[in-house]
Amino acid sequence: MISYGSHRFPGKLFVVEGTDGSGKSTQLALLYQWLKAEGYPVFYSEWNSSPLVKDTTRRAKKRHLFTPATFSLLHATDFADRTERDIIPPLKAGAIVLADRYIYTAFARDVARGCARDWVRDVYKFAVKPQVGFFFRAPLEVAVDRIISGRPNLKYYEAGMDMGWTDDPEKSFTMFQGKILSEYDSMVDEFGLTVIDATRSIEAQQKEMRTIVVRHLKKRRSKTN
Amino acid sequence: MFYGTPLPGAEQEDYSGKLIVVEGTDGVGRSTHIALLRTWLESRGHAVLDTGMTRSVLAGRSIKEAKTGHTLGRLTMQLFYATDFIDRLENEMLPALRSGFIVLTDRYIYSAMARAEVRGIDSGWIRSIYGMSLVPDAVFYLRIQSAQELVTRVLASGRGFDYWESGRDVHLGEDFYDSFIAYQTRMLQVFDRMSSEYGFHVMNASRSVRSVAADLRRSVAKVIDEPSAVVSAPKKLEDHPRKAIPASQSQKFEKAAG
Repeated sequence: MISYGSHRFPGKLFVVEGTDGSGKSTQLALLYQWLKAEGYPVFYSEWNSSPLVKDTTRRAKKRHLFTPATFSLLHATDFADRTERDIIPPLKAGAIVLADRYIYTAFARDVARGCARDWVRDVYKFAVKPQVGFFFRAPLEVAVDRIISGRPNLKYYEAGMDMGWTDDPEKSFTMFQGKILSEYDSMVDEFGLTVIDATRSIEAQQKEMRTIVVRHLKKRRSKTN
Repeated sequence: MFYGTPLPGAEQEDYSGKLIVVEGTDGVGRSTHIALLRTWLESRGHAVLDTGMTRSVLAGRSIKEAKTGHTLGRLTMQLFYATDFIDRLENEMLPALRSGFIVLTDRYIYSAMARAEVRGIDSGWIRSIYGMSLVPDAVFYLRIQSAQELVTRVLASGRGFDYWESGRDVHLGEDFYDSFIAYQTRMLQVFDRMSSEYGFHVMNASRSVRSVAADLRRSVAKVIDEPSAVVSAPKKLEDHPRKAIPASQSQKFEKAAG
């Protein structure tokens, strides 16, 4: 079994992370378009997308069936399927894999829900280490504002309502996202995440992202020459 | 007491119920014995909850669906099973134990860990995941001598060879028979190793259903503090109301054992 560490596949893996409303998906979509236009084989993979698991997740969220432990394990199941299907094979084929959310999302959320840090890290030990893990960091108020103004109703688990901290969804969301953000902050050094200031303009963030990505791609070309 | 990192939010507590595990490879008669034990325990006035793999509300159906396809990866399968298990642990077993039930579980973490190990999955990884589980009051391992003996039972049951029970996904043999023998032989080896590691009560399951059942009753009586004097010999299996065992099948078991 692979254990979290630098992979030896010819492909490259770039992942985006950040709290809800940090703009990471927009940035990843722009990166995808650019890499495709440049002629690279690109494969896109997102959180909660396993065909075997996603219906179960949807149903469990709707019917509030999760506990912190099963929330963690079912998401790990989904991620394992993505790893076995959407991440490792394209990397072996030499493609660039772009992942919207990765193991760090699980580490942040599950620990915010009370799962033990070491346990969650153990569960995801099989994950492939990305070339770059971009962390789109927005201050809590900014992220909370973007989500609350954009959506009339906060989702139950997204707002951490399952923790029963408060009956007020907005308050719960803010508390939960605060815990998630502090988990992310502590992971920057632990996993060497690349922090992108998500308060800057979309264009400026994208430019920074491309500059970093291109370094990894050049490295690969010079090796083969 | 938990094996490793406890469930989030779980406190160390004394459960008034008892957690009793029946383990064993495919086809050793676990479900038969659980049905017999349940009826007996209920007749003695104990409330019983029985549970088993893939019966969770959360993930049971999805696992069964996934297993009918051909796209379930090794790691995904282990985690799916773990999700099913923890859901049942938190939502069925622990509440029942708190309420003083006797929980009879058809397999526990050991089968899941053995399957993972036979599939070449890092045993430290799988053990860490299942560390969240409660240490049971007793584990009865229905042990059979060889995979060949299991084959007799699989055929007698009328089900025939199953893709997963034959470990076809592990590619151990040319056909279902070879694969079944190779896979179940490995499973038996892993179970033997776990027997001492986890302190299983090993039950010789090559004997007749009646004598295994009698043995199980005696041992379960000790675990739940039933005076052993009241342990009566099991009635004829054919009288069993919950799950009748076809006469032909039990005869074959006796024959195989004899």
